[in-house]
Amino acid sequence: MVIGWGRDGDAPSAAVRELLGGARRLAEKSGGQVVAGALGAAAQAAQGMVAYGADQVLTVDHPALAEADAEAYAAAAEAVCGRTGEALVLVPGDRLGWEVAPRLAHRLKAGLVTDCVSVDWDGSRFVMTKPVYGGKAMAKLVARTAMQVALVRTRAMEALAPQPGRAGRVEALSVDLAPGRVKVIERKKEETQGQVRLEDARVVVSGGRGLGGPEPFKMLEEIARLLGGAVGASLAAVDAGWISPQHQVGQTGKSVAPDLYIAVGISGASQHVAGMSGSKTIVAINKDPEAPIFRVAHIGVVGDYKEVLPAFLAELRKIKGA
Amino acid sequence: MIGPFDLNALEVAIQLKERHGGQVTALTLGSEKAKEALRRALAMGADAAVLIDEAQVAAKEPSVTARVLAAAIRKLGGVDLVLCGRQSGEWDFGQVGALLAEELGMPFVPFVPRLDVVGNGLRLERETDGGIAVVEAPRPCVASITNATDNQPRLPKVKDIMMANRKPITVWGPADLGLGAADVGEAANRLEVLDLFIPEVKSECEFIDGEDGAEKGANLARKLLERKVI
Repeated sequence: MVIGWGRDGDAPSAAVRELLGGARRLAEKSGGQVVAGALGAAAQAAQGMVAYGADQVLTVDHPALAEADAEAYAAAAEAVCGRTGEALVLVPGDRLGWEVAPRLAHRLKAGLVTDCVSVDWDGSRFVMTKPVYGGKAMAKLVARTAMQVALVRTRAMEALAPQPGRAGRVEALSVDLAPGRVKVIERKKEETQGQVRLEDARVVVSGGRGLGGPEPFKMLEEIARLLGGAVGASLAAVDAGWISPQHQVGQTGKSVAPDLYIAVGISGASQHVAGMSGSKTIVAINKDPEAPIFRVAHIGVVGDYKEVLPAFLAELRKIKGA
Repeated sequence: MIGPFDLNALEVAIQLKERHGGQVTALTLGSEKAKEALRRALAMGADAAVLIDEAQVAAKEPSVTARVLAAAIRKLGGVDLVLCGRQSGEWDFGQVGALLAEELGMPFVPFVPRLDVVGNGLRLERETDGGIAVVEAPRPCVASITNATDNQPRLPKVKDIMMANRKPITVWGPADLGLGAADVGEAANRLEVLDLFIPEVKSECEFIDGEDGAEKGANLARKLLERKVI
């Protein structure tokens, strides 16, 4: 079972496409089927879910799902899961997912593994892997309960190429949902440094304590803009007040796995690494050659960012013709 | 154990008490050592402190933590607002707030940097992916507190620390809360750890050469182009 919300035009959201891909591979190994719960706006991408790997899609659309109200989403997900009783429920590890998954697991009396980086089938059961102790170690877990919920880290699984003609059943469920008790009365937009959402960005340029202040983030912003990416930060930079918490990458912030992650002045505490180690190419720029960030980096520059970045930026501009 | 964000939550609670009155109870599931944290809570301005004896709770999963804390909150009675830090614990941070809301049937607002009482309810700011949302929720309600400049935990004065040392700390076990082995024993764990391992991190770091930082910077851009990542 894949629980999904949001959509990307007629297609499911990126997170849901990934979970469908992961679920498809597990279904093939375990001999099961892939059922998807399309909640809220995702209901309109039901056919798209079939194309991305679902055998059956159960949709729930209801006014209570118009806001990202976890209570309503958990109730809708509970209804969907109750319908087919799939043993494994995959939930996207976004902000709503972090709220919905514990509630859903509570309602299903299911074991819950948060921050899952992989789910495997060992021949008789699903084995879930997650980082523990700030990313220093990994744990493999199985559930003792009939049902289990895995909150899957963004980009931990890979989407399949869509097959537009794929066969699959779509069924609309009618679920009685109570109106939300928490009412949004105002939204204050965050000043986005960079145009792309951090979690969706293909390129993330992050700064840490080594930057020494808020000013250098402007340069990171410019690099991110040139590369079509977003700006991230370590906990230290956020705690120092140099950048808003929305940008924090790490165990207590956002988990990202872009194609390119550039860490500037970040030592590489496991707290931070837990949130970015899945990136395809990691570049570290740091004065200290012993900094732990170089253990996870693919490309390293030992040097003072004040010298390295301006030249890097100038060369990037040349390459990009900007 | 009281973690950093729990102290932010406590600070928010004490500020609320200073503005509107009321009573703040610090509640934790922990070992004898957690008494130190509860003493700090009392010194910061909490009126009462309750420790649930962790030694009698064999199951360590968040669902069990939430079950135990919810039972204690029900026993305390008349609670208007339950605040917790935005994360706790090494293994499953971020769950207990939502689970408490499920257990207690209360609404839940996560990632709250600040809140205030408005009429019979609460007005809270919550961090969302798109920025800050201002929300209203009825009481009683559960909120998880995130750090902000105006909720940094205060440093208690020596006088307050001495006072706190004389205040009693209530200690309850599961039996006091009407919970039995099925609720808190090892069998209440829903997960089983098959394996714990240190992932092998082979450093495959390729260092960029250059006479100085500037040359390395330019070479870095060329390397990224060569590797087709930009």
